[in-house]
Amino acid sequence: MYALRRVLAIIPVIVVVALVVFSLLYFSPGDPALVLAGESATPAEIERIRGALGLDRPYLVRLTEWSFGVLKGDFGQSMFFGRSVAELMLQRAMPTLWLSLLAMVFALALALPLGIIAAWQAGRAPDRVAMGFAVLGYSMPVFVLGYLLIFCFSVWLGWLPVQGYKPPSDGLWPFLSHLILPALTLGVVYAALIARITRSAMLEVLQQDYMRTARAKGLGLWSMLLGHALKNAAIPIMTIVGIGFGSVISGVVVTETVFNIPGIGRLTVDAILRRDYPVIQGVVLVLSGVYVLINLLVDLSYGLFDPRVKY
Amino acid sequence: MNATVASTTGSAPDGLSLRDVLRHPTIAIGGSIMLIMIAAALLAPWLGTVDPQSLSGARRLKPPSTDIWFGGDMVGRDVYSRTVYGARISLMVGLSVAAISITIGLTIGLLAGFVRWVDAIVMRVMDGLMAIPSILLAVALIALTGASVANVILAITLSEVPRVSRLVRSTVLSLKERPFVEAAIVVGTPFPALLWRHILPNTLAPLLVQGSYIFAAAVLTEAALSFIGAGTPPEVPSWGNMISDGRLVFQIAPHLVIFPGVALALTVLAVNMIGDGLRDVLDPNFRAR
Repeated sequence: MYALRRVLAIIPVIVVVALVVFSLLYFSPGDPALVLAGESATPAEIERIRGALGLDRPYLVRLTEWSFGVLKGDFGQSMFFGRSVAELMLQRAMPTLWLSLLAMVFALALALPLGIIAAWQAGRAPDRVAMGFAVLGYSMPVFVLGYLLIFCFSVWLGWLPVQGYKPPSDGLWPFLSHLILPALTLGVVYAALIARITRSAMLEVLQQDYMRTARAKGLGLWSMLLGHALKNAAIPIMTIVGIGFGSVISGVVVTETVFNIPGIGRLTVDAILRRDYPVIQGVVLVLSGVYVLINLLVDLSYGLFDPRVKY
Repeated sequence: MNATVASTTGSAPDGLSLRDVLRHPTIAIGGSIMLIMIAAALLAPWLGTVDPQSLSGARRLKPPSTDIWFGGDMVGRDVYSRTVYGARISLMVGLSVAAISITIGLTIGLLAGFVRWVDAIVMRVMDGLMAIPSILLAVALIALTGASVANVILAITLSEVPRVSRLVRSTVLSLKERPFVEAAIVVGTPFPALLWRHILPNTLAPLLVQGSYIFAAAVLTEAALSFIGAGTPPEVPSWGNMISDGRLVFQIAPHLVIFPGVALALTVLAVNMIGDGLRDVLDPNFRAR
């Protein structure tokens, strides 16, 4: 029942998102027909292009048509490329997927140990250092951090390429070496969020009676921290992993610009500059959908960590 | 303030003096950095700056030196002057977004907390808005309204309002269960007095903390928007614009990115530190989180 209700609850959210996204761009003052026609176009030509693009029809007609299209996976045609938005997004999806996946791996690998150590050493120096890093991490603008990393590892040390992207088919090292810095950049903010929540969730668990029992029965430190405490602290941690993914999505747009990665983020930025509405609509809708879906999965995963959660 | 602290801590210390707040180490450090930034923003014309838009061939891409403190950019503008003036944009955006989103969010949250049908409808809309990652929502709005400082403020505010509304709504819902509010209702306290005396003071502490995080997030988002070309108009000396301008030549002139970048990071760090400190001081229950 819980699962079903949770799944049904995303329907109004998606409807609102779709409505907002469509309306915002419907009411845009810029005229894409004007952009497409070029500066020397006559009014008649512009009118013809508006008709061809269907821009002259009323709001509700376009909204209905667009919604049905979206349900069938048709996000319309890009005004600039003259190709379908779905095709454009698919073509750009892989770099973004790899980037966010690796960023997530980095973030968890960094945040969990930091958070666990901070909670275990609460109030002492390691805690302060770890939480200092966390505040620094989420205060650091993604693009500033990106350029700092490029300076250090690419320009000065020359260990890694400055910018660009290579697909995995070009070999493992070229692929990874191009992805390490952007993923680290993107992962740091995310890691800072997760580390803070990990610390506080662990702190709460460590104060429980059963933790004292565990210690009293002579359980080793690590099996106590990892086996008992982390497992019981998992739900708030999973929640922030889901919610924090929003910062990864926002970060992707910026990171791909810094590192010149041809992914969805670059597609968005290019679409903004060209006022390519269908592309902006498609990207915002799909990325918001991904965000909603990830948080749905997180909610559904609670049962894995806590058998008391009933579905 | 006294009511706030007393009611959230349970065992009531006789309130919290301003001195206690200022003595908190992270608030003291964050506050000092903020004071410097505010001073820079207010006193920009008298801090040895030149017109941030003025061009000079002699300054073009010059590295920092004793004459040109932060160097010059690729069209010969003074990076020091632009960095100092940039504080105005960032602080204005942060302050405006925090103030407006708290005002609107407070209103919506109170309504949703007390009026059932508003709760049902408005909170669904808020959930929907929250599902759109903040930069994307702002990008879509800026595409609609065009780039200007006011529109940037509006766009970031729209993505923060749902978070404030939710916070206020949940605070109100839990306050309604508390004995002192129930008692006030039972003895027939008029609604405005109930709001003013019992509800509002208790939303103050969480809102103050949330407000500083919103400030920090707004400064970051404005910079990110300007960086990707969907923020303040390019001629405005904002830190995001400066970094965006400098990015094409950052390998030969790193100072174009470093100075505005450090100013930006310091400001956000300072505000976040104030937020963390306030959270510690105002509500010990928050401390563990």
